[in-house]
Amino acid sequence: MDKMKLPKLAIAGAIFYVIVQILIVTGVLNGYFVVIINRSMIFVILAATLNLINGITGQFSLGHMGFAAVGAYVSGTITTLIFKLSPHVFTDNLIFIAAIILGGCAAAVVGFLIGFPSLRLKGDYLAIVTLGFGEIIRTILNNIDYVGGPRGLLGIPKFSDFTVIFLFTFFTIVLLRNLVQSSHGRAMLSIRENELASELSGVNTTHYKVLGFVVGAFFAGIAGGLLAHLLQIAHPTQYGFYASSILLIMVYAGGMGSLTGSIIAAFSLTFLTEGLRVGIDWLRDSVGIPIGTEWTMVIYALLLIFIMLFKTEGFMGMRESKVLIIEEKHV
Amino acid sequence: MSAPLLSIQDMSHYFGGLKAVSDFSFDVPEGVIYGLIGPNGSGKTTCFNLITGIYTPTQGKILFQGENIVGQKPFRIVHKGIARTFQNLRIFSNLTVIDNIRVARHFTTRAGLFASFLRLPSFLKEQDQVRDETMELIKLMHLEKRAYDLAKNLPYGELRRLEVARALATRPKLMLLDEPAAGMNPKETEDLMNLVRRVRDEFKVTIFLIEHHMKFVTGICERVKVIDFGTTIAEGKPEDVVKETKVLEAYLGRKAVVC
Repeated sequence: MDKMKLPKLAIAGAIFYVIVQILIVTGVLNGYFVVIINRSMIFVILAATLNLINGITGQFSLGHMGFAAVGAYVSGTITTLIFKLSPHVFTDNLIFIAAIILGGCAAAVVGFLIGFPSLRLKGDYLAIVTLGFGEIIRTILNNIDYVGGPRGLLGIPKFSDFTVIFLFTFFTIVLLRNLVQSSHGRAMLSIRENELASELSGVNTTHYKVLGFVVGAFFAGIAGGLLAHLLQIAHPTQYGFYASSILLIMVYAGGMGSLTGSIIAAFSLTFLTEGLRVGIDWLRDSVGIPIGTEWTMVIYALLLIFIMLFKTEGFMGMRESKVLIIEEKHV
Repeated sequence: MSAPLLSIQDMSHYFGGLKAVSDFSFDVPEGVIYGLIGPNGSGKTTCFNLITGIYTPTQGKILFQGENIVGQKPFRIVHKGIARTFQNLRIFSNLTVIDNIRVARHFTTRAGLFASFLRLPSFLKEQDQVRDETMELIKLMHLEKRAYDLAKNLPYGELRRLEVARALATRPKLMLLDEPAAGMNPKETEDLMNLVRRVRDEFKVTIFLIEHHMKFVTGICERVKVIDFGTTIAEGKPEDVVKETKVLEAYLGRKAVVC
């Protein structure tokens, strides 16, 4: 039965891939749009994994971009180093993929080190610890000259193209879906629903909170690596609290606990950011209203307020699209 | 005579200066339906919280199958075979009925993280087995029409049964029921009594329950213990215990008894 249902997501992914590829080849989408689509997909990974921590396990992390930073800097440093030593090796995508995965592993290790002591905390306290963690990572990166300090890590080879990012995003979603709809995933969901009842149903709640954190950090590290190899730069300010809060808005806007929601929100908000940038530039240059791009954050904040007031559960609530549900035979 | 399933020895618990439970000692023999009764605030739920590891007793021992379980984490105590339900329901509202029960089967499954990520054959096989076993429990609780409904959409009586099913799914040897008849009408209470007896007989589970409902207690329990202000005031067969002066005093007040 599972073998019959698995392809649904594969078909949806293939359709998306083929359509975008055709649009790229025929020139309908120019390079600018391709970059936005690539960014959107990277944000899908980030939002979906933050959702695993915040929406599915019911914890509250404010420093998710810190994990992305670890992945970006680790993988970026590896590829830059190898590139300097021997440019020819870089005909091989395998080294790039290995570097990305190593970045993910490094982020997972950091996730474990942060998560293990702090996940004993609840709610607000955990939020403060993770907020602090994100800022610590940013400050550390700002002060390590080896990775460029405040200038950022420059000259990262460009390896992330549409196909690579698509594949990573697709498999991240498949794996997250499989996890959530397994015994381990149900253990995580039960913590969100009622931690005491979960513990008294035999769930090792600390273990699963840390696990959610580590898995989330791993994939966030991968997303960070992809982003670094797309923009060819990793900069401390990309991974600060501002960026983490945008991820948070994506998770809330899409729906806590809904992977479908995170996918939709990551795409819409990434496109919205670009739209706002273009709109604000136009207002400033053509209409003459003296505003800057920092106003996007104001609009984001308003958006979050409106979501909280009028659609508390977000776009999808806790529901998933049928594409992401593994059908179970009802007996 | 074999050793009792649960043996509590000189257990006391303080909240700051307040003595919530004072020098409790009692045995719950295997296979009985044992009742713990007492007025509000007499320390009943605290007693359950101590046994399940939510609180650690200030002093005393809790022996389960001869092993001292004091200081163990709640989930480990569940693994050893003590399950419980809650006075005010603690249901996983946004999960389906079947998933609520499957959570409690989680710790007995063996499929690892990678098998689950990749949906390997070992994972799929185990998943089907868990689903079938869970369905058996759902049928026992007459919830089969509700199996794939979200738990938050169930009426109160069904939620109570769901909680019992979830506790049973951990395959307990001892089941603690915290006021199972709370908020039930006489007909539902009657059904519940039959259900509790069936659970005891079919699953060989020892039942230890807290209850206010005197009719329920006298109707179902084979042994009861009455407590007030954290101390034991009577113990024995329910029909004898209810006649004791101290018990009547605790429930009705001293004057009522004298008159």
